Amino acid sequence: MNASRSIIFSLVAVGILVCLPLIGVAAGMTSFFGVIIPYLAVALFFIGVVARVVRWARSPVPFRIPTTCGQQKSLPWIQSDNLENPSDTKGVVLRMILEVLLFRSLFRNARMEFYEGPKIRYASAKWLWLGAIVFHYSFLVVLLRHLRFFSTPINPLVHLLEGVDGFLEVGVPRLYLSGLLLLAGVAFLFLRRVTIPQLKYISLPSDYFPLFLIFTIASTGVLMRYIYKVDVVSVKELTMGLATFHPVTPEGIGSLFYIHLFLVSVLFAYFPFSKLVHMAGVFLSPTRNLANTNRMVRHINPWNYPVKVHTYEEYEDEFREKMIEAGLPVEKKE
Amino acid sequence: MAKVPKADELAKVNHRPPQTPWTETPVEFRPGTFCYGAKPKNLEVVGLPNPRDWNPTDEDWKLPDDWKDITIKGMKDRLDKFRTFKLFMDICVRCGACADKCHFFIGSGDPKNMPVLRAELIRSIYRKYFTGSGKILSKYAGARALTEQVIKEWFYYFYQCSECRRCSVFCPYGIDTAEVTIMARELLNELGCTIDWTAGPVANCYMTGNHLGIQPHAFKDMIEFFVDEIEEVTGVRVEPTFNRKGAEVLFITPSGDVFADPGTYTLMGYMMLFHEIGLDYTWSTYASEGGNFGFFTSHEVMKRLNAKMYAEAKRLGVKWILGGECGHMWRVVNQYMDTMNGPADFLEVPKSPITGTVFENAKSTKMVHIAEFTADLIRHGKLKLDPSRNDNKIVTFHDSCNPARGMGLFEEPRYVLKHVCNHFHEMPEGTIREKTFCCGAGSGLNTDEYMEMRMRGGLPRANAVRYVHEKHGVNMLTTICAIDRAVFPALMDYWVPGVDVTGLHELVANALVMKGEKKRTTDLRYEPLPGMEDEEDDDV
Amino acid sequence: MVFLSVYSAIVHKMSAAPSFPTGRLAPNPTASGAGEPSMNLTDYLRQNQKAILKDWFQTVVDAYPAETAAFLRKEKDPFANPVGSSILEGLQGVYAQVVEGVQEEQVAPFLDRVIRIRAVQDFTPAQALSFVFSLKEVVQSRLEEEGRLPEWAEDLRAMEAAVDQVALMAFNIYMECREKVYELRVEEVKNRTARLLERANAIWASQREGEGSQEES
Repeated sequence: MNASRSIIFSLVAVGILVCLPLIGVAAGMTSFFGVIIPYLAVALFFIGVVARVVRWARSPVPFRIPTTCGQQKSLPWIQSDNLENPSDTKGVVLRMILEVLLFRSLFRNARMEFYEGPKIRYASAKWLWLGAIVFHYSFLVVLLRHLRFFSTPINPLVHLLEGVDGFLEVGVPRLYLSGLLLLAGVAFLFLRRVTIPQLKYISLPSDYFPLFLIFTIASTGVLMRYIYKVDVVSVKELTMGLATFHPVTPEGIGSLFYIHLFLVSVLFAYFPFSKLVHMAGVFLSPTRNLANTNRMVRHINPWNYPVKVHTYEEYEDEFREKMIEAGLPVEKKE
Repeated sequence: MAKVPKADELAKVNHRPPQTPWTETPVEFRPGTFCYGAKPKNLEVVGLPNPRDWNPTDEDWKLPDDWKDITIKGMKDRLDKFRTFKLFMDICVRCGACADKCHFFIGSGDPKNMPVLRAELIRSIYRKYFTGSGKILSKYAGARALTEQVIKEWFYYFYQCSECRRCSVFCPYGIDTAEVTIMARELLNELGCTIDWTAGPVANCYMTGNHLGIQPHAFKDMIEFFVDEIEEVTGVRVEPTFNRKGAEVLFITPSGDVFADPGTYTLMGYMMLFHEIGLDYTWSTYASEGGNFGFFTSHEVMKRLNAKMYAEAKRLGVKWILGGECGHMWRVVNQYMDTMNGPADFLEVPKSPITGTVFENAKSTKMVHIAEFTADLIRHGKLKLDPSRNDNKIVTFHDSCNPARGMGLFEEPRYVLKHVCNHFHEMPEGTIREKTFCCGAGSGLNTDEYMEMRMRGGLPRANAVRYVHEKHGVNMLTTICAIDRAVFPALMDYWVPGVDVTGLHELVANALVMKGEKKRTTDLRYEPLPGMEDEEDDDV
Repeated sequence: MVFLSVYSAIVHKMSAAPSFPTGRLAPNPTASGAGEPSMNLTDYLRQNQKAILKDWFQTVVDAYPAETAAFLRKEKDPFANPVGSSILEGLQGVYAQVVEGVQEEQVAPFLDRVIRIRAVQDFTPAQALSFVFSLKEVVQSRLEEEGRLPEWAEDLRAMEAAVDQVALMAFNIYMECREKVYELRVEEVKNRTARLLERANAIWASQREGEGSQEES
């Protein structure tokens, strides 16, 4: 499958997903799209993620194989690098925190070096790190901001977050940076994929699809907030209904909202069955979440089984004469 | 007259591979870029599947009739047994961070050598047979059917990965292509599609204890040959012992160093060091191989070969094991041995009899790396060293992949190096320590028929050596790996003529002032020591 | 953008280099444009080296798969991208030699930089060496575009002869590299068991010595 076909396939898929609620809501299926689908999606999300993690966890970690990126702990006078080559749980936890929260390994790509010539500074890979950080964190902020739709009174932390997010204090309603950054992040990740030939070569429809999906979700969100303003009071009525398990579908919410809600539902439902589960998977990665205590503490392989070996006795039986002749000690002298 | 093509037209002929998606680009076996198929006799010795005469260039690979079932079932087994495999099949987001980190990609320019794509070769099959979306959406979900073409492709590319783990350093999820390659090779192995360069040493090692299949008496003889050489250079006669019960330490090192230069000089270095400090140690002819080509075959074969180390330590009643300079041996010892063949409760926590240092870091495995051991000796001032004897050597250090990314052994060898020679220069950042570049021939790819690919894979490493060669006049590449010592001479000869290869303990031995030694005029290679050029002539 | 920066690097490097000796391409007496009185092809090649090298380098890396070509071009770290940087260095050197007069011993190391790599990559001999000839095409098509082809036809022939001369050397270097690969194979096979053989010989020799001494006693 080449890149353009992958992209078209993904675009068409997202296009169809946009049309479904449009048609459905026009046909009066508001409770289907406003209640049933979201519930199903959230259920699928939780069950799916749990099932996935359980599925991974069911496979044991037979060997302790951390990728060591720093000095091991050996002799007391040699400074060991407990972060890059953890030798205890504290080190592992710190390594994982940096990995999960700051994408440390990705940051390793970053190069800030000067080469021959007039100040060529190269940090192409750093852009990937930056793009990833922007994308993930703005997504997180957007997600957390949406908590205001699911609680009354609104958690003060959400207010705080909104304050920070909208610190520019421009526009009515106030402009949130996270929304724009999310769109920019997605756009960057997409452009990377199509402009870097290596990436284009390796990309699958399942790489483009989530990007398009998230882009559409974010755009519909932005449109609803700033341009085609939807009736926020009714929306909150609906979301609070969902949150309190007393679902209602108020009249007069624009179909834009249903598109947004449906795509979010699709994203939730799609999540556990796609590469998006890397969010959960990163915690289980044995090259990162194990301490390099290999020679200190024995690691147990639950399926370790006896194997056929060539024993010393068999070996000596074969070579005894020659060994005796060469003056090598033997167990059995004949 | 026929139209004469223009040069750039000529250049374009067959140049760019067809712009087909990778899934539809078949592999082509060109001499120099693949290793020969395993000979049946080598598979039979260890009872590995499907022994037959075959070669990768054959149209028909004589796979077993149910090869497809074997492969799918093999995948399922391994998905259930290894969390790494299952996880690494699922979580890659194809961000491309690893793409340009592989020495084979950098040197060959073949996009299928990008680690992410190497893994996709097997991931696409995983999706087809083990995921719902792959079954339903097929290629729209990045899945493809398992065909004989795929097996050939696996063979080509998974024997084009040296399991060096450089990509895993850069992966945000720690996906380790080495782990994927290990699984793929296990699957290939089940079909009998393995390479002779690993199958041969495995068979030999299984039966005789070492890769070349040297029988016990000959092994002893070889070591004693070096005793004479040492005496000739130093005037000191070292006295190695073999299979001796009751020795304190069992010493195990890769057998490659017994048979081929320049590893042999490192071997002499060990013996001189042990003699000088009066270490109570023994060689073993049964466990005469530190290397483990089983690691490049399957976990099971690795375990079967590795078992000899503990078995022999137990039989001889030694207190602990000392391991020589070797790359993959130390990956196996550090990350697999104790789990596979332990617990080594018949051994004691290693304690240096010279310095009294207890090696707490090896308290379970009970095996110490010689660089740790020697660094400790130097730290405690137990060695009399004259680094100026190495003054004609301008040295750089290559971090071997396995001790680097499978252990984190960075400072110990450097500490030793800085005490035994006066001219040491690091290669550029980004090519050393955890980011070190592979020699291009690790994981059982150090065979001569693979020379072209080795030159490609070794280019990034050689290029960094070339830099220090030109900048600092470096003429000696130090390494703590026997495969490195075997393959770097060719790599240097091609890319950076004028750079020689040595092991760490050869330099130690050169600098080591031994009790009762004669006036040393040459190094272990019979080359004059600095300032002794004339005296050497007198000797002759 | 990225691309240009490579070339600014080259130009920077080249302008920093000591000035070249007088070229061997004879100035064309008939060529005297209005604004550029004594401009000849050599001057032109000097002045436009940035652009020409860019085209040439592009042609060479275009021989690799698209995914790789982009990497070779963009990755500036010579240690992360030895192929791209070696080709670039090699082409720079060869270009300077072609422009300023080919001196065999001086052009060889630059040719070697490029050919040593291509000799072990997936190229036929023709493909591996075609990069030399593509310099002709690059220059010719530029001149054609600018309408200067007739004006410098003579000079161009001289330049093409210089390129041909380089090409002949390239054949030698290519063969050396290939032979080296095979020599390395043989050497390695020999060395693998060298010590064993040496020992075997030693035994045989010592046996003979032993026999000799027995006879003496």
